[in-house]
Amino acid sequence: MYVSADLLVNALIAGLLLGGFYAAVTVGISVSFGILDIVNIAHPGFIILGSYIAYIVNAQFGLDPIVIGIIALPAFYALGAVTYQVYYVSFEKRGQEALRGLAFFFGLLFITEVMLILVFGVDYRYVNAAYVDTSYSLGLIHLPMRMVVPCLMSLLMLALLQLFLTRTFYGRAIMAVSQDQLALQLMAADPIKIKRMAFAISIATCSMAGAFLIVIQPIEPSIGREYIGRVFAICVLGGLGSIPGTLIAAMLLGIVESFTATFYGPSWGPAVSFGLLLLTLAVRPAGLLGR
Amino acid sequence: MRSWTFCLISVAVAAIVFVLARLLDNDYVFFAGYTVLQFVVLSTAWNILGGYCGYVNFGTAAFFALGAYSTVFFHKTYPLPIPVLLIIAAVVSGLVGLGTGYLTLRLRGAFFAIATLALAVVLQTLVVNWNYVGGSRGAYVIRPAEVDLLILKLSYIQYLFAIMILLAVAALVIARTIERSKLGYGFATIRDDELAAEASGVPTLKLKLIATTLSGALMGMAGAPFPYYIGYLEPASAFGLPYAVNSIAMPMIGGTTTWVGPLIGTLLLGTLQQIATVTISSAVNLLLVGILLVAFVIIAPNGIVGLVQPHLRNMGWSWPRSSKLKASESASAASSRSTRST
Repeated sequence: MYVSADLLVNALIAGLLLGGFYAAVTVGISVSFGILDIVNIAHPGFIILGSYIAYIVNAQFGLDPIVIGIIALPAFYALGAVTYQVYYVSFEKRGQEALRGLAFFFGLLFITEVMLILVFGVDYRYVNAAYVDTSYSLGLIHLPMRMVVPCLMSLLMLALLQLFLTRTFYGRAIMAVSQDQLALQLMAADPIKIKRMAFAISIATCSMAGAFLIVIQPIEPSIGREYIGRVFAICVLGGLGSIPGTLIAAMLLGIVESFTATFYGPSWGPAVSFGLLLLTLAVRPAGLLGR
Repeated sequence: MRSWTFCLISVAVAAIVFVLARLLDNDYVFFAGYTVLQFVVLSTAWNILGGYCGYVNFGTAAFFALGAYSTVFFHKTYPLPIPVLLIIAAVVSGLVGLGTGYLTLRLRGAFFAIATLALAVVLQTLVVNWNYVGGSRGAYVIRPAEVDLLILKLSYIQYLFAIMILLAVAALVIARTIERSKLGYGFATIRDDELAAEASGVPTLKLKLIATTLSGALMGMAGAPFPYYIGYLEPASAFGLPYAVNSIAMPMIGGTTTWVGPLIGTLLLGTLQQIATVTISSAVNLLLVGILLVAFVIIAPNGIVGLVQPHLRNMGWSWPRSSKLKASESASAASSRSTRST
């Protein structure tokens, strides 16, 4: 098969841009699953919720979707704190997170999806913003702004989160709680409070990721399911809880998906991430940058 | 109660249900009943791994659809009678279960759960891209009008109903036998404290693989007659999320530690869903399942059985366990409580 350089370069660029967006989608899971060991499979549900909030406000007031994502951050933070509290009291405290905790999050995912279907139907929804339809060309390279803007914003978010986790007191406490909860208690810090904060942050990232998602593609409620595989594949491949690892793995998955879509057709897309996940679990469960 | 007595009684109950359903002389009873029975099989199968071993399988739809699509494949290639298709489906789904389990069960439980979610999407993508079994367009499977058994003539839906009720009986008998066997106690040790079980010499990986294979095979068998029931099979419906949600919700609501739990949960929730689908809408009925699932895991962790059992014990019943096992069972319950509270 003859492959033109043009096609190859553009597939690579598209993959990198897609990967930047995937990193934003996954970073919440890297915090909740990777650091806190909470298997929040409802994460994509929260992302779709973020997308719909961006859609409603954008349709009503014409605000920029990514600005809406930033404004909605505190609301998602609060939602995350409440969710963690329920999870902690009902499951973690009783030591039942393995079976019933998973079922709880699965139920949440399902409820979000069905509620959104009941309210909005299964029509595809999209947002209007200045950069959604524009694109620039640099020689061979095409840069659609609807991919570039989310990718850059996502990189910014990851950088801020990495700084927060490594440089601030609370960030270091979050990293500590994943290593030794008891030791943290001996330092007179409340591990539950720290974990609640970390989980709330992980849900807050959904507000941004949801806004990015609806900028990139039109959405409908059940689209979240496609992302379950992606986020866990990236999180595991990136080495559970490492933000640089998450970014590298996200870029990798973005490139592989973009190449698959370009050369084999987009209908094979969903299988790529899951195949990668199964492969990682079988070959190297510790991931690329695993501890 | 001995296993063979239980077996005879449940076959008798199944026969009575079938005769009663025939007396009603309404095909809708068979159509609705088939769906409920199908979920009896699915939730019992889920419970063998989820309830007994404590490993969550989100991929019920994958195993179910494997069974259904192996039927479609043979329907196109060389039509076989349904009992043969059941065995083929069991082998195919069982092997896929074994493979997935072998790859992921050595890791922490969460990875298995995620891998089963992944399995459903991978298989769905394969089927969508496989034109022979209909691809994304779906496949038509025309069912014969009626079937001649040795002595009686049945309309095809009655025949499917009869198969499904026998399959449900088989699933319940298997679950109950496991529960009372050495295998069941092995499973319970995995659920309560896998590390301690491994340290005491329980071959945990082997037991988990047995559970995954058995559970997958039963789910596949539940799917095998489905194309004949539905008449037109397309990937989105065969891999639908309702299968995964229902097969988790039903045991969770009924109670996961005994074979009665999934049965109660399915009969309640399944009937409720049939009513809600007809009277309200199918989206609302799914919402109902989701809310009930979340409510039950938070408020009543041991389901309806867990709510009822203490009262029955007080009244001097040992149901649903036999009195012989009561002492050891309550001892293991006490020990599991002590390991959990730490």
